[in-house]
Amino acid sequence: MSSLTEPSRSSRSFRAALRAEWTKFRTVRGWMIGLVFAALMVVLFTFLQANGKHTGYCTTPNPSSCVNGHQYVPSGPDGEAVADTYELVAKQLTGDGTITARITSLVGRIWAGPANEAPSLADTESGLTSWAKAGLLITPSTRQGSSYAAVMTTGGHGVRFQYDYTNDQAGLPGSISGTAPRWLRLTRTGNVITGYDSSDGTHWHTVGSAQLAHLPTTVYIGLFATSPTTSQGSATTATASFDDIAIGPQADRAAQATSGPWHSMSIGTGPRDFYTTLRNSGYRQTSDSILVTGSGDIAPAVAEVGGDTASDSLLFGLVIALIVLIVIGTMFITSEYRRGLIRTTFAATPDRGRVLAAKAVVIGGVAFAVGAVASAVAIPLGEHVMSGNGNYIFPADSLTVARVIVGSGALVALTAVAVLGLGTILRRSAGAILAGVVVFVLPTFTGPGIIGPTSAGSAATWLYRVTPAAGFSMLGLLPRSGLVSYQYTMGNGYYPLPPWAGLLVLATYTTVALSAARVVLRRRDA
Amino acid sequence: MSEASIEVSGLRKRFGQTLALDGLSFTVPPGTVTGFVGPNGAGKSTTMRVILGLDSVEEGTALIGGRPYAALTHPMRHVGSLLDASALQPSRSGRNHLLWIARSQRLPVSRVDEVTELVGLGKAARRKAGGYSLGMRQRLGIAAAMLGDPPVLIMDEPFNGMDPEGIIWMRGFLRGLAAEGRAVLISSHLLNELPDVADHVVVIGRGRVLADATIQELTTGASSLEDVYLRLTTGAVEYRSGADGEPRR
Repeated sequence: MSSLTEPSRSSRSFRAALRAEWTKFRTVRGWMIGLVFAALMVVLFTFLQANGKHTGYCTTPNPSSCVNGHQYVPSGPDGEAVADTYELVAKQLTGDGTITARITSLVGRIWAGPANEAPSLADTESGLTSWAKAGLLITPSTRQGSSYAAVMTTGGHGVRFQYDYTNDQAGLPGSISGTAPRWLRLTRTGNVITGYDSSDGTHWHTVGSAQLAHLPTTVYIGLFATSPTTSQGSATTATASFDDIAIGPQADRAAQATSGPWHSMSIGTGPRDFYTTLRNSGYRQTSDSILVTGSGDIAPAVAEVGGDTASDSLLFGLVIALIVLIVIGTMFITSEYRRGLIRTTFAATPDRGRVLAAKAVVIGGVAFAVGAVASAVAIPLGEHVMSGNGNYIFPADSLTVARVIVGSGALVALTAVAVLGLGTILRRSAGAILAGVVVFVLPTFTGPGIIGPTSAGSAATWLYRVTPAAGFSMLGLLPRSGLVSYQYTMGNGYYPLPPWAGLLVLATYTTVALSAARVVLRRRDA
Repeated sequence: MSEASIEVSGLRKRFGQTLALDGLSFTVPPGTVTGFVGPNGAGKSTTMRVILGLDSVEEGTALIGGRPYAALTHPMRHVGSLLDASALQPSRSGRNHLLWIARSQRLPVSRVDEVTELVGLGKAARRKAGGYSLGMRQRLGIAAAMLGDPPVLIMDEPFNGMDPEGIIWMRGFLRGLAAEGRAVLISSHLLNELPDVADHVVVIGRGRVLADATIQELTTGASSLEDVYLRLTTGAVEYRSGADGEPRR
């Protein structure tokens, strides 16, 4: 016989086994009801969890100033949540032009009072956070979340060229002092903004450049300072001293200030703005220098906002669905062992690996459908309810939401297939279900949203790295950024592994369980 | 080698210390009903499981039409089997039980209705199998065995739980299968069930063939089939009340 006919016959046989297993599955009404029940539980618990979350805030210590709803979180040019709170001292520039300045000092103060009090200058100590920023900035608008490009010195990351919140390029390293000042320059040529730095005012290096879309003819150009909260959450302030300032229409250092007086603006420091600041922003002009003091950040917003994500209320319901699918996935094989039906199955399909594969595809497929469909319904529902209760929901693009939906399905599917393997090995429903719950559900109960986030310890973190609970990383939607010092910990709602890496950990457990089941099946008499 | 045959040779299998099959060999030719008889624990069920590729052996071969079971594509089109009529998912209907088996053998749904009629299951086929009497389960099991219209049939204790009417039906049914040229192997621990149905009897004990002959050959010169059976199986039985048999294992 031609060897070419072999694979097709084998794939036909697999399809036959698959159809047989699907027929078996769908003809046990209890299992089909279980699937619907699991999906409903996801939606129900998502609703209940979302409904229990309310947000309000107070603009003064007086309770009468408290309102429902969340504080304002700006959206950046790509719709992402951003912090846009800073002090700007600027002029208007029409057409191409440039600004140059020397920064001779960058110092700061850090709130040292108790975490539960509103920060004020009264109780601060001297210090500069690493992402304190001061430098030159071009923006078409002082509306929060506007497009911008800036070249800056920082507290601990040297000179940077940054634009539109998420883009960052490094320039000269080192911190600022009187003996080690930095010259900065920002030029506009059409839509292209270029940042330069220099340590002597003579030799210049390009730090980076950016093409800003839809840049109008007239833009703000000037000096800025801002200083983000520390990774412990304390508000800070930074003061920079600028001199040797040149600003003008030509992209040439000799150009002199021609475009009117300086405008000082505190951006994003109102009582409705979310960013925690030390309220002493402002500027002071002397004969040859300008001191700018700012508090806040121009960067992506992370969980410091105190917002929720679309998947936040999904977790508990998904765990319930997981338990239901663990029971069904186990019974899909153990009920055959219990009745001796497994012998009919193997008489029908002597290739036991093929039987196991067909069962895995069937239970994995239905479990995926349950997880994915349920979360596709539950996510918008939870989002809607949470928004209605005044919560801020981090914006998530459709691709990211699709990842959570696929992740919910994959999480349930991989677990169901793994317990199919456990059931095959153990042959008894009770033992296999117990083992399935202990291995695949119990670790999850120590995570955020169920027992946590108070259980933020390293134990929980490790559980989410090495146990099947890692699969829940697929639900992570909180933004993180290397441009923001923040504790990206489980306590703050961050999974320790990236989404797909977490799923891979779970998939490894599934693969091991299924492979072991395959070996056992081959060796054992039916 | 005819499609319709079972050929077992030199089967040897241990369960721990116990030798379950001890060089077992016999043949089921086409067009006959072969009775497979022996005391409990003689190895009848084990042999049947070995033929169906469910249990492994240390030595020997079991061939269906010259091929091992595992080598058969859609094996239930070659061998129909009924090992345990109660091997059912109780919440699945009899018809759906037949349906999944039909799917696994790439048989059309019409076969399900045909075999349901054949065994006289009728409307009960749409009820949950958990509520079936043992007799109904036997009929469902036979329907499953007949799905693939196989040239070879293997049934473990097919008369179990059947009422007299059912037993008469079953005898006629099995004889009919043999008359169509099929090879039929049925096990029983009650020899007196067999004369009306089996042409040929294989008597085993302790995993060995004690006799392999036609009913006529066996009963020649003996007062009854029972006597023959008792004489053959003496010493090969685990425990026989009143006899000075050997101690239990």
